[in-house]
Amino acid sequence: MLTQLSQIIVSGLAIGSCYALIALAMVIIYKTSEVLNFAQGEMAMVSTFFAYSLLSTYNIPFIIAFPLALVFSLLLGMLVEFAFLRPAKNPTVLGLIVITLGAEMVLYGFAGWKWGAETKSFPSPILDTRVYNLKGIVISQLNLWIFAVCISLMLILFLFFRYSKLGVAMKATAQNQMAARLMGIRSKRILSLTWGLSSLIGAVAGVLIAPITLLDPNMMIDPLLKAFASAVLGGMTSLPGAALGGGILGVVENLFGWYVSTEFKSVVAFAIIVIVLCIRPSGLLARHYVKKV
Amino acid sequence: MLKVKNIETSYGFVNAIRGVSLDLEEGDIKTVLGANGAGKTTILKTIMGLLEDQPEKGTIEFMGKRIDRMDTEDIVRLGISYVPEGREIFPELTVFENLKMGSYTRRDKDGIRKDYKRVSEYFPVLEERKNQQAGTLSGGEQQMLAIGRALMARPKLLLLDEPSLGLSPALVKDIFEIIKAINREGITILLVEQNARMALNIGNYGYVLENGRIVLSDETRVLLENDDVKEFYLGIKLEESVKGYQRYKRKKRWR
Ligand SMILES: Nc1ncnc2c1ncn2[C@@H]1O[C@H](COP(=O)(O)OP(=O)(O)O)[C@@H](O)[C@H]1O
Ligand SMILES: [Mg+2]
Repeated sequence: MLTQLSQIIVSGLAIGSCYALIALAMVIIYKTSEVLNFAQGEMAMVSTFFAYSLLSTYNIPFIIAFPLALVFSLLLGMLVEFAFLRPAKNPTVLGLIVITLGAEMVLYGFAGWKWGAETKSFPSPILDTRVYNLKGIVISQLNLWIFAVCISLMLILFLFFRYSKLGVAMKATAQNQMAARLMGIRSKRILSLTWGLSSLIGAVAGVLIAPITLLDPNMMIDPLLKAFASAVLGGMTSLPGAALGGGILGVVENLFGWYVSTEFKSVVAFAIIVIVLCIRPSGLLARHYVKKV
Repeated sequence: MLKVKNIETSYGFVNAIRGVSLDLEEGDIKTVLGANGAGKTTILKTIMGLLEDQPEKGTIEFMGKRIDRMDTEDIVRLGISYVPEGREIFPELTVFENLKMGSYTRRDKDGIRKDYKRVSEYFPVLEERKNQQAGTLSGGEQQMLAIGRALMARPKLLLLDEPSLGLSPALVKDIFEIIKAINREGITILLVEQNARMALNIGNYGYVLENGRIVLSDETRVLLENDDVKEFYLGIKLEESVKGYQRYKRKKRWR
């Protein structure tokens, strides 16, 4: 009974970690561009397909294909920013949403045209079926990797935004673009890099999640919605909040799916969010500084 | 050092600046006086290249180089720092990170460390609060941070936009003392102010701006004796009997 419970929590945390990564990616863009990037999922999906092509069409080993896919995702993120967001001068919030939805549809269409709509299995060397038994809790190799990668990536991001000059400059640009330019920070370049970084994080999530969801142009629709929910749950502007939100969402969803109903698994996640937001409208970890005059 | 020649700047169809010229030599503290809405901020933003496709007319030269319509980021690299109106600090960065961003374009670690020490000497409170989020500082402390952050770039020319705004008289005095000290170190200063008394006391030359035009400019000691400046900017009452007529005449002459 207890092992079963821990089991459910562990696998919930694993999927939740993937939500958390995509949520982080969304939050990073939201903070700098003030836009909900609805193309986030599709950017990750196309990058995952790119990895798939390297692996299965060109037979490149995973250890090389994965970094290549990350580079690809970085460039893809920068391209989306350059092609879709930069041309819009002083767009409204609604305009921005429409722009990212446009990017989403272009990427979705591209993936369907290039790789077809039928579902493929992702030839990952990390298997969901290979399991380890840790004191009674069974954990798959894939889940272990998901934990390891997510935790390291979050740690790297934390250090990056805390201590690196570029990371602090990204935060500065997000908080006050005019002031950032007055410091000599090339805000356009920073924005472009932000999109690249965000896309890269999403791509990591895509590659990790692909063995579970399988590969088709729709693979990211559900994870993206969950990630969005996680980000909102965490306060939309907080990186730790997004991570926490993802974890909570993954676990609750899995618990509900196991003990109550699989059909309503997704719905319950959103119910939780509504409840949390009723109690704390700004999300769990939204930070607010008090502005004094 | 800075030569602004006949610039015109507009927001859409509204002309905010109509033919303004300024001339600063190295070591100057020059000041631009003007009421709210006169166009002071617009002049500084135009110099910094913050207004897209502006100035519409005229040229701006810094150390012999044309800088009008250059990117802000490149203008900053030439050695001009701007302390904007309303401080515009990074509210969710710490005080230390704000100062670090001030030195963003620099690579000389030793120089940066030295300038950080210097800023801490000017504004000890910044050193005390270096790990505090800048948004939680008081208005005066934020102004100090904004000035300190600009100094971290080790500029040749410092543009200050109403540093006295919203501060207590005692604090204004302190800040102006520090501005003087900064100037003594060899940094040229262009100070924009509504607080004419303070500005005329530290500047060596002043421009009076009305409706986007410079209506008067002279050494500050001359301006301090000027009847119009006395009445309209320093609030010193002239003889009662002729006042009404004089004001009418003067106002008219200035347009
Ligand atoms: N962003 C803007 N759009 C339109 N008009 C503006 C804008 N900013 C300033 N103005 C106008 O330009 C004039 C000068 O403004 P400003 O330079 O801010 O004056 P000051 O700094 O002297 O108070 C004012 O009439 C103001 O209404
Ligand atoms: Mg102003």
